[in-house]
Amino acid sequence: MSVNESNNLPELGGILGRYAGRTREALLPLLWDIQASQGYISPEAVHAVSKTLRVPEADIYGVIGFYTLFHEQPTGETLLRICTDQACGLAGADSLLADLRDRLSSAENPCTVEHSACLGLCEHAPAVLISRRGKEDVLAAAGIDDLLGDPHPRRAVAVGYPAVLVAGVEDGEEETLARYGDYAGLRCALETMTPQNVVGEVKASGLIGRGGAAFPTGAKWEGVWANPPDLPRYVVGNADESEPGTFKDRVLLEDRPHLLLEGMALCAYAVGARQGYLYVRGEYPEALRRVQAAAQEALDAGFLGDDILGSSFSFHLEIRRGAGAYICGEETALFEAIEGKRGFPRIKPPFPTTRGLFGAPTVINNVETLCAVPGIIRHGAGWFRQWGTERSTGTKLVSVSGHVERPGVYEIVPGVTLRTVLQDYCGGVRGGLKAVLMGGASGTFLTPEEIDVRLTFEDLRAIGATFGSGAIIAYNDSVDLRVVLQRLGRFFQHESCGKCFPCQLGTQRQMEILARAHTPLSGDRRRLTDIGLTMTEASLCGLGQTAASAVLSALEKWSDLIPDMPKGGRQP
Amino acid sequence: MVSTLVPDRVVRTTCPYCGVGCQMDLHVRDNLIYRVTAPFEAAPNFGNLCVKGRFGTDFATHPRRLKRPLIRSGARGEFREASWEEALTLVSERLADIVRRHGGDSIASYACAKATNEDNYIFQKWVRAVIKTNNVDHCARLCHAGSVTGLQLALGSSAMSNSIREMEYLDTFIVTGSNTTETHPVISLFLKRAVRQNGARLIVIDPRQVELTDFATLWLRQKPGTDVAVFQAMAHVIVAEGLTDPDFIARRTEGFESYVESLGAFTPEWAEAVSGVPAEHIRQAARLYATAGRAAIYWGMGISQSTHGTDNALSLANLALMTGHIGKPGTGLNPLRGQNNVQGCSDSGGLPNVYTAYQRVDDPAVRAVFERRWGTPLSPDPGLTVTEMVDAALTGKIRAMVVMGENPLMSEPNLAHAQHALDALEFMVCIDIFMNETGARADVILPSASFAEKEGTFTNSDRRVQRVRQALPSVGESRPDWQIVGDLAKRMTALLGIDPDAGFDYASPQDIWEEMRAVTPDFFGITYERLEREGGVHWPCPSLDHPGTPYLFEDSFPRGKGRFWALDYGTESEQPDVEYPYHLTTGRVLFQWHGGTLTRHSNLDQAFPEPILEMHPDDARALGVVSGDWAETASRRGSVVCRVMVTGRSPQGTVFLPFHFVEAAANLLTLDKIDRRAKIPDFKMAAVRLRKVEAPQREGADIPLSERGAIKEPTRYIH
Amino acid sequence: MNETVTLIIDGEQVTVPEGTTLLEAARACGRDVPVICYHEATTSEGLCRICVVDVQGSRRLQPACVTPCQAGAQVETRSERVERTRRTLLEMLGAAVDLTHAPDLQAMSADYHADPERFPGAERREHPLHDDNPFYIRDYSQCVLCWRCVQVCGEDAQYTFALTLTGRGYDTAVSTAFDISMTESPCVFCGQCVGVCPTGALKPKIEYGLEQGWTPDMLRQNTRRRRSPKAAEEG
Repeated sequence: MSVNESNNLPELGGILGRYAGRTREALLPLLWDIQASQGYISPEAVHAVSKTLRVPEADIYGVIGFYTLFHEQPTGETLLRICTDQACGLAGADSLLADLRDRLSSAENPCTVEHSACLGLCEHAPAVLISRRGKEDVLAAAGIDDLLGDPHPRRAVAVGYPAVLVAGVEDGEEETLARYGDYAGLRCALETMTPQNVVGEVKASGLIGRGGAAFPTGAKWEGVWANPPDLPRYVVGNADESEPGTFKDRVLLEDRPHLLLEGMALCAYAVGARQGYLYVRGEYPEALRRVQAAAQEALDAGFLGDDILGSSFSFHLEIRRGAGAYICGEETALFEAIEGKRGFPRIKPPFPTTRGLFGAPTVINNVETLCAVPGIIRHGAGWFRQWGTERSTGTKLVSVSGHVERPGVYEIVPGVTLRTVLQDYCGGVRGGLKAVLMGGASGTFLTPEEIDVRLTFEDLRAIGATFGSGAIIAYNDSVDLRVVLQRLGRFFQHESCGKCFPCQLGTQRQMEILARAHTPLSGDRRRLTDIGLTMTEASLCGLGQTAASAVLSALEKWSDLIPDMPKGGRQP
Repeated sequence: MVSTLVPDRVVRTTCPYCGVGCQMDLHVRDNLIYRVTAPFEAAPNFGNLCVKGRFGTDFATHPRRLKRPLIRSGARGEFREASWEEALTLVSERLADIVRRHGGDSIASYACAKATNEDNYIFQKWVRAVIKTNNVDHCARLCHAGSVTGLQLALGSSAMSNSIREMEYLDTFIVTGSNTTETHPVISLFLKRAVRQNGARLIVIDPRQVELTDFATLWLRQKPGTDVAVFQAMAHVIVAEGLTDPDFIARRTEGFESYVESLGAFTPEWAEAVSGVPAEHIRQAARLYATAGRAAIYWGMGISQSTHGTDNALSLANLALMTGHIGKPGTGLNPLRGQNNVQGCSDSGGLPNVYTAYQRVDDPAVRAVFERRWGTPLSPDPGLTVTEMVDAALTGKIRAMVVMGENPLMSEPNLAHAQHALDALEFMVCIDIFMNETGARADVILPSASFAEKEGTFTNSDRRVQRVRQALPSVGESRPDWQIVGDLAKRMTALLGIDPDAGFDYASPQDIWEEMRAVTPDFFGITYERLEREGGVHWPCPSLDHPGTPYLFEDSFPRGKGRFWALDYGTESEQPDVEYPYHLTTGRVLFQWHGGTLTRHSNLDQAFPEPILEMHPDDARALGVVSGDWAETASRRGSVVCRVMVTGRSPQGTVFLPFHFVEAAANLLTLDKIDRRAKIPDFKMAAVRLRKVEAPQREGADIPLSERGAIKEPTRYIH
Repeated sequence: MNETVTLIIDGEQVTVPEGTTLLEAARACGRDVPVICYHEATTSEGLCRICVVDVQGSRRLQPACVTPCQAGAQVETRSERVERTRRTLLEMLGAAVDLTHAPDLQAMSADYHADPERFPGAERREHPLHDDNPFYIRDYSQCVLCWRCVQVCGEDAQYTFALTLTGRGYDTAVSTAFDISMTESPCVFCGQCVGVCPTGALKPKIEYGLEQGWTPDMLRQNTRRRRSPKAAEEG
């Protein structure tokens, strides 16, 4: 069947027409458009896409199968994805999911109910992502009674001390350009600084990447800047925030889109990029909408596009919607996704600074990192360094969820203790504190005895923990940590991309052993250790290398959790 | 539990199908080939095979293999089994009798492009030294004679100039008249890789939307038969825009000035009017080709199987000569040879005008060498070509025919005519592994060994001599061709009272090769020991320490200077008219092979079990047919019925029919009109009419086309 | 590329051309580094990690097949943590995949003392036998997901793109688009995939039949397929 014969899919023709002449890089956007129109992506649609973008049908099918938000089969008119990860799990998401399935998935009620990995709405747990044919998706707090109504996303709670990054977000108003004002940092750079100056200022600020890997931002930019001048280069904003317990980037995307866009433009100017991409997590529809609106405003106002602010600098930004894959937060996997492929991480080296997106030198930074840049350029590196420590400069966002009185995003000054954050900022822990998961699912557990640690990159590293993405999940003493570990095991099993053997096999075996944690077999602790070390030492990317991190730390700190020779334990 | 199979033996040999010459390992258990693998380190295929090599060698153990000699027992097609003694005696006596009564030139013979070099050498030695005629030819006439003749005229050598190994590193290349992915699948892999991995630019010039168009920078879709117009116009552009290589022209060529004068009228605009290819595309193609650092041309039957096949090849040679894209790695003029040993059969003397390695029979010095070696006087007169043999059979000039491993009654054009001619023979003997359309009309059939049951060498398309090794025991009483021919020759020398010095007593194919290299300077450096050690050697290889020659013409051409040939444009092909309004072109499909003798005795037949007529959607609409409907295709020579596949692969007004299927034999329709110089028939051009018909009574006709093996609309998938 | 680097592998000094991988260097000095996904004819994706080696100073183990030799590096090809990693990988693999037709992997498991029963109760990856064409069978219960078949079907050899990986993580599988039969897919049955399969997952049908004890007649019958399996089911 050729494209023009697809009469049974009249809308398809129009969609495909918009993509004529495009190549594989347009695959994810095109699949999104088709799914929005048809509800799912049929074999006929795949054939038509294949002819339009010149991508083999099997490859397209493989891409659909990789991303959880794409469907190759029809779903119900309404599709509910209930988060059952850490914070939502504490808030009763499991029984909510079961209950909704019973009530809604019936013949007369064309509604599909699925579980989901962390949706990044932990401060309003439990969360739900609602998809209805012909309407925009909605990410919302899940109340059992208002699901079939028309729920609105609730605003984030973001209290800034001292409110640099999150300035002005308290009221939940949309950040229009009128509200944001001039792109003063960008104007300053274009008028008074060379690209090299900009790179130098960012280096001098000591800014460290906020995505989890904690790489110095200035060094990354310098690496891209230093490539031969004839090579094209790209700037990519990593807004694929998916680390369980992390939702700070969602708040920035929803409430500070212009700050982010200005940061990206500055980065492009610094490294000589003319094209950029912002890859927004597919589960963040409101963030996507707001950042798209802001980008249009910026384009109209001359802050993006050709000859920005009358200079010869041009920067074009394309905003992409992810389609449900934690792994795409890994930088090279994210490149693959933009290139229209399954989100498999690449072998490094080569690093993105020399061969990144489309094989070209690429800066890829986390949203929060990019948001820190306009202030640095406008006020100077010294201004940024007034906060924090020598090695953890500037302010930093943390996402706090779980058993605290006031979960939310907090802008902290590195150096405050975890105790201060939990007790003073968040109003304390409900019930007695049992454990903190620091750094998200790929982070480590801390005991109540450890919460006086100062929140800096260096202090956390010193106790074998990590800042990670800045996620802090608190558990009170009502919690069975084995259940917490089971959720972690499920999460990684669900999100492993399957490329390298240690992670593909290890996440499954780890999940299976954790699933029987209440009646362990003799030797299970040793099995978990061997699996954990194998994943940590031999996995291809950061996901696998940290997929056992929390489990290993829990085994070490609560040695009776899964004893090596369980009392009355079963022999295998 | 099922255990993993352990092979009784694994035998390295050369694929028996196309001219790529893939090296393969046959894994044998209980005398059954159960797995075929390819060595990853070995040229020319480096681990790759196609479906025929990988899964199509099962014909060797097919139950219908011929196991005993057969002698006609009544009407044509009726046979009785006989002993070898009886059959050999009968054949040698009948042939000797005809030689005595009518002379050696009354016997015609088909050498075999599938048999080994050694089989063919001894075959032509028998024909020349014992029967005393040069009437030996083979199916190369039907595939690449146009290329051979053209390249001989331009360069003095007709082989592929460059090696398969160079393909991956091409800069720019033209593929024309070749559906490479189906006819030379493994070569196509290297061409695709050149494009996708190494950024080479590919220009496809072909009326059909072959798979390689998916990989092309530029696709020129000329009207069938207008090739010369396109190539001449490209030459016109190259000259007009000053893109020639004057230094190369001055040093290495002759006749350029008069050629340039002849080009005047061949403007791109003229070519557009003739061929339908936009003039701008012709200009782009000319510039891409001429300005490339290295550029090569590959072609197949679409160029050579034409009444102007020689002109087609000459026009390509002109392009290479004017741009200097020859004599260097990654350049050259490369006709892709169709059969496993069509190069070797020609090299071994299976042609009417030359002995081994193209040493001319009418050159007294050459003839003296062979007369001395063979110890008997030889005919100085070039013999008949296969196309001429058929006509001569009808006029009575040819009384008997010897056919070794070929199937002219599928492969000749205008089959009805050919059948009529062969039926007029006094005597016909076939040497083959299966009964086929030709064998069915023979007087005696001698069962021979397949490639898997014998030793020897094949020479692939890039002149690489490689070993064939025995993996299976002989089937029934079948014997290798060289032994059969040797026995016939010995009996006939006795009957005819000829006593050649070097007789026909060979202990092994290696013995034959030793004699062959002794009389052939180009092969002298190639020995079985070397082949064992090196896997293969590209001839020419004049001495034992010579490395072989992967690419030709580095310093000079065999004829001295490369010669430009001025060309006229015109066609003698049959043109569509009111009565026969469509163009028929013929060719191959991936899963089948030539006349089908092998593949239709293989599981390959499961994948493509019936012929389909490829037809453009507009033509299908006009005829009121959809894919799977049955249609009759009729020409002035005959008619066939098969199912239609509606596909944009065919240009409007042209239908395509593969020639493998006896149930709809394409050559019932083709015309026996030939190229004047090359004597190659016009398989690609016949005028036909079409009509929708009811399904015939035929096996599988009740099954929908979509469920017939792997047959599918060929442009459905992108690559 | 005339530059060379010198490094130490298992105590032995080795000098190799720049760009040589640790795997090539280790093999050149006679060390046996096991591989599963690595194949000379396919793009090294470094995914099985069975070839990891211990490079002094590296926090993590390094995949030898894709890691270039660094001057002065000290490499151990069989340190304790290398042993543990390889053993655990093989145990986990054995708990997932039927390796009975993968003699190389069985030998490797024995070499590293991998306990095939290490993971009791583990869910195996089980798939129905795909018998949908005249030439080869696909038994993905024996598939280790080395990717080679997908690679040679695509850009590493054939450019046919009949195969893809589908699903994710442990549930990853090799498949055609929408799991259609091979005869419906763009497959040209070149069998490059069969040629690079390291286990019994892809196998010529004749070989499969011989293993099942089929007679030559049965082989001929069972390799004939006039209709696609789906059509046959539908009648």
